[in-house]
Amino acid sequence: MEWLQRNRISVGTTVVILVAAYVFYVVNDNVATSMFKGAWFFAVPLVLGALTGVVGERSGVVNIGIEGQMLVAAFTAFFTAAASGSLVVGVGVGMLAGIVMGAFLAFTTVKGLMDQIIAGVVINIVATGLTSFFYRPGQVLSANMPQWDIPVLSSIPLIGDVFFQTGPIALFALLAVPVVHLALFRTRWGLRTRSIGEYPSAADTAGINVIRMRLLNVTIGGIFAGAAGAFLSMEATAGFERGMTAGRGFLALAILIFGAWRPLRVFAAALFFGFTNALASQLQGVINIPQQFITLLPYLLTLVVLAVAAGRVRAPGAVGQPFVKGEGS
Amino acid sequence: MSQQETERPRQQDERLLDIAGLSKSYGTVRANRDISLHVRRGEIVALLGENGAGKSTLVKQIFGLAKPDEGTITIKGDASPVKDPRDAIRRGIGMVHQHFQLVPVMTVAENMILGHETTKGGRLDIDGARAMVRELSKKHGLAVDPDAEVEDLPVGTQQRVEILKALSRKVDLLILDEPTAVLTPQETDELLSVMKELAAAGTSIVFITHKLREVLAVSDRVYVLRQGAVVGEVATADTDARGLATMMVGRDVVLRVDKDEAKPAHEVLSIKDLVVLDDRHLRAVDGFSLDVRAGEIVGVAGVEGNGQRELVEAIAGMRPPQSGSIDLLGKDITKANPRDTHVAGIGHIPEDRERHGLVASYSLADNLVLNRFAEKPFCNGFVRDFDEVRQNAEALFTEFDIRAPGVQTPAGALSGGNKQKVVVAREMSFGPKLLMAAQPTRGVDVGSIEFIHRRIVAARDEGAAVLLVSAELDEVLSLADRIAVIHGGKVVAELPGKDADRTEIGRLMAGDQ
Repeated sequence: MEWLQRNRISVGTTVVILVAAYVFYVVNDNVATSMFKGAWFFAVPLVLGALTGVVGERSGVVNIGIEGQMLVAAFTAFFTAAASGSLVVGVGVGMLAGIVMGAFLAFTTVKGLMDQIIAGVVINIVATGLTSFFYRPGQVLSANMPQWDIPVLSSIPLIGDVFFQTGPIALFALLAVPVVHLALFRTRWGLRTRSIGEYPSAADTAGINVIRMRLLNVTIGGIFAGAAGAFLSMEATAGFERGMTAGRGFLALAILIFGAWRPLRVFAAALFFGFTNALASQLQGVINIPQQFITLLPYLLTLVVLAVAAGRVRAPGAVGQPFVKGEGS
Repeated sequence: MSQQETERPRQQDERLLDIAGLSKSYGTVRANRDISLHVRRGEIVALLGENGAGKSTLVKQIFGLAKPDEGTITIKGDASPVKDPRDAIRRGIGMVHQHFQLVPVMTVAENMILGHETTKGGRLDIDGARAMVRELSKKHGLAVDPDAEVEDLPVGTQQRVEILKALSRKVDLLILDEPTAVLTPQETDELLSVMKELAAAGTSIVFITHKLREVLAVSDRVYVLRQGAVVGEVATADTDARGLATMMVGRDVVLRVDKDEAKPAHEVLSIKDLVVLDDRHLRAVDGFSLDVRAGEIVGVAGVEGNGQRELVEAIAGMRPPQSGSIDLLGKDITKANPRDTHVAGIGHIPEDRERHGLVASYSLADNLVLNRFAEKPFCNGFVRDFDEVRQNAEALFTEFDIRAPGVQTPAGALSGGNKQKVVVAREMSFGPKLLMAAQPTRGVDVGSIEFIHRRIVAARDEGAAVLLVSAELDEVLSLADRIAVIHGGKVVAELPGKDADRTEIGRLMAGDQ
């Protein structure tokens, strides 16, 4: 009851959207299903990318290198899968690539005290350079990613079609959201993570090893960006293209802010972006506007959303600031 | 006082904390010098001293936030070094920091358990934490709401949370680092009675302060620190405000400055009935009046926290006065901003050089023209003249004996003494009508102290009016031609600097009429 009280706006919005979606579904089930499927499809890498951001920035490290993490992961996932013939190995290596990139950000900024923005830019530039240089056309996967039907859940109208007839990485994203949310707000790890991102000297005097925890979180957090990359090159399409992330890492950052650094809101924000995109595609047939404007829509939306949200949400207190023991107080 | 002594039960002479020969240096500044002290169980020990006397450095080492260069800290018979705060907490030390170590966006309960969380099946036991807060706050009579977010709480309540946090970790020794600095008088009284209750229940307390009244009200024993060393230890029952004030200002060899008789000329600064509010909106400066003439040094002596900071900030244009007036050479500068006061001819050596004196990341050359970078010859219209800036810096390096690798070195890289010389050089070199020096030698090595003193006298001899505000009575005694004693935000006495009586000033500083 108390929880409902506190989250009445979120809960209310969710209910309204669900009702609207089902009304839409009743009116035209084909269009509704395909639109919502498209929305979730677009949202998956954004959700995953933003989760990397949540874990890193809640620990106090800004990550603008999500785009690069995703790109390198997309590249390594696809080419490993193509070379090894194993999808599992491909996805695994993709996630590992995300972690390695996370480790780079962690060690340069937390240990090396490099400026976090610069480290992120470095990641993005290096990612573009490496993946373009080593790119070899003509590779194919031996098999497509499987499509799973989750028993019982997949038979729920609309929701079952959208979320539970799905590939493994999309399912991973769907599960990761509540898991990270609960971890962040209900566990010891979460309390400590939030404290080192808000006010690290308080954590330090409480006996928490701020440096070690930041290193660990930023590194491990890369797994989500890695999964996002693997999703793009293996699940959404089966192939790697140069620069295929196309700014999705930056969209994920916008969603991170729009979602106020909270996993559940990040999920909602990503779906909202996805839905706008799907709606735009639908409108193409109805009204006559050039396709370029349609694809522009999510980016335009980012601009609007950030302009509106930036002043209202509050970032973790210590985000962007390196922690040096013994300074301050 | 003696009645309290007998009331309080105490296990005699069990030493909870024993410190022997502790020394700690930061660069060339010796923050702690050969400190030895002990704390018994259930005892309230006050560490008394001015800012920069080394009190905070000392307790940081007890709490494992800094490592001693020399000496041992023995806690309950265990002399192994305190590795980090976690180790200190484990060994029964709790600390309430001057700047609260609370996460503002978290609730009281969350802050209480941070670092010592209990979990139930992986989930944080927040209900248990709430119950613990309620129980502790009931037990110690410190009311707090466990679900309130810390940032919404008033400062006094935040401090209560800090104390409860320390108590929740079963402390034997509670360190309070200037706990009353941020409190209103009412909150202070509450805190003092809480401290007495805790001590009566067997908790030892180390209490840092520079306020005599509080020391006399709660402590059993006092250690007086000065320039990093213990200069006195006394049972509170055997002393009074006058005795403590005398100890605080010390009996060290007076750094004698050779100077001629002052030749005061026309009036430069005139302050009338000035009232200035502090950050808590209390009247820190409360009806202050003072004149300073050209060619004389007026020293403002007083125990820190009697309105000196607010006075200086008001004159410098950094803090708007509530009422009263400040005139400089007959011109009203009461409402002036810092830029105006510089143009009017005030050179200001601020108390906090790191915050108000220098831009740490700028080069020394730029720092030396911070107040004049847009004026000729350092700027022609829109374009800065870097040759002039560099030549100015090189000249000032020689004149003020600034020791640095080069004029382009960032200011932050210098030692305290050299940083201070940079500020002094900048504020003196433009020929100020009034030189206002606040704590000009704080945290500065002895060589630089002497140099800065000589320069201040030289500025006087060149015809500037000098207002010196210092918590070091020695400094005031050796420099000032006239001494104004400040207490409770107003001048309680004006005396000639020559042959001023130290004990007499100490008495006046303590507010003893």
